[in-house]
Amino acid sequence: MSADHLERLRREGRIVIVGASLAGLRAAETLRAEGFAGDLTLIGDEPHEPYDRPPLSKSALLGMASPLRTQLPRRREIDAKWRLGVAATGLDLAAKRVRLADGDEVEYDRLLIATGVRARPWFKEEEARLDGVCVLRTREDAADLVRRLRAGPRRVFVIGAGFAGSEVASACRELGLPVSMAERAGAPLVGALGGVIGSVAADLATEHGVDLRTHVTVTALEGDTVGRVRAVHLSDESVVEADVVVVSLGSLRNTEWLTGSGLGAGPRGVACDAGCRAFDFRGIVTDDVFVAGDVARSPHALFGYQFLSLEHWGNAVAQAETAAHNMICDGADRRPHLWMPAFWSSMFGVNIKSVGVPPMGEHLMITQGSLAERRFTGVYGHQGRVVAAVTFDNARWLEFYQRQIERGAPFPVEFPTLDRRPEGRQPVPAGFPDPSLPTHGPMVTLSGYSPADQQLVFHPSRH
Amino acid sequence: MRLVVDLNKCQGYAQCAFLAPDVFAMHGEESLLYDPRPEDEQRERVARAVAACPVQAITADGLDRAGASQEASDVR
Repeated sequence: MSADHLERLRREGRIVIVGASLAGLRAAETLRAEGFAGDLTLIGDEPHEPYDRPPLSKSALLGMASPLRTQLPRRREIDAKWRLGVAATGLDLAAKRVRLADGDEVEYDRLLIATGVRARPWFKEEEARLDGVCVLRTREDAADLVRRLRAGPRRVFVIGAGFAGSEVASACRELGLPVSMAERAGAPLVGALGGVIGSVAADLATEHGVDLRTHVTVTALEGDTVGRVRAVHLSDESVVEADVVVVSLGSLRNTEWLTGSGLGAGPRGVACDAGCRAFDFRGIVTDDVFVAGDVARSPHALFGYQFLSLEHWGNAVAQAETAAHNMICDGADRRPHLWMPAFWSSMFGVNIKSVGVPPMGEHLMITQGSLAERRFTGVYGHQGRVVAAVTFDNARWLEFYQRQIERGAPFPVEFPTLDRRPEGRQPVPAGFPDPSLPTHGPMVTLSGYSPADQQLVFHPSRH
Repeated sequence: MRLVVDLNKCQGYAQCAFLAPDVFAMHGEESLLYDPRPEDEQRERVARAVAACPVQAITADGLDRAGASQEASDVR
């Protein structure tokens, strides 16, 4: 692109951002902060200004925050046209137009796709409509769940023991509510952190009074005569009475609106290069369509250039900033999205944090503390390198491990650590399930060229 | 006033929970819970918490009475 053209784009171009949540907002702010003076439009299917989601499964359920009042703070004025409450329904790449649900069309010079994900619904539609069957993704979902929990249900049943499900179960126990949680794998968090750490999460849950059922799937939700859910049927033939069921089976990427557009978009997200430029379906990079946040799938140099889809808060912020920067830059001024994957969770009073890509690790070393004490640091290794670390109530060490990942430190770890126990002298298998078997949908999805990688294939039980 | 804490950065120093206990609370040993939309009378306390955070993890807007936004966390 000529310097003139770029200058004109920055001065009077039209940038459209589809998706008005964390990534969309931070991208808009970055565009303005970096001098974009043209027309900026934000399109969002929810009728609300951008709000934060992590509190919805934590402080909102515990009553410390209102689920309807988690709006994100603004870093600066963005002077944008907001099209809220209207979903994008189509994209015409050739004409550079976004079609909206109300029939309107919005033209762009550069487009950012930040449509994120939605909760995976219960797969039997009729059962999903039963009163008391919930998901947790939007603020309305959270408000509905808060109302139901306050009403004092006899038992809450959580389907899927990933982070979101475990956080809901933890909040229920804190509220004094009986709760059952079913997981197809052998323990909670197995998809994200492996079986060794998963067994710690299992102990935590059961010690706090969660009726944890592993190696089972839910086969049916039973309603009463007036359409309220009353019981959950499991694959081991057991039946659990419950009046609130929280379906926590991961998420679906919001890419349907791109079907037929010619972009490389599908159930795994929208593929893009490290500069956040979307690929078309031929694998050729576009130069005016960018992607950021949960819906993006981009190669990461630190992790073998695998395409990573990261449903992480910090990734949404960092990728939005990089995408926005690159949208109004050219050539060597562009930056790669090299954010170190990181997330946090909190359950049963324990703070869980991670850096890197744990599911890539085959082996695990507990380098500090002890699993039994629920305060430890675990380091994941892959092909002789440190690729991830996880802490339970040990967050202050994490930055050190991030540096080890960044410099490709050898695994098993050679450095001495504070509070090393005998159990941490040798690596053990990390205990990730066979990636060809479905789980509840791990928070980090490794997807790449290998045909053996089928992590996003979902096989709900149908017996 | 709206606020958000980058919990990737947060290391549980709990300065915010001391300075604005009605807005920030430790939950367990190092988890932080907070109210993203505190009442206006908390403004001074929140401003102190934002300034005191050792890892600068708190972003808030509406901290000055004019309502202009304040950048409290670093921009990548």
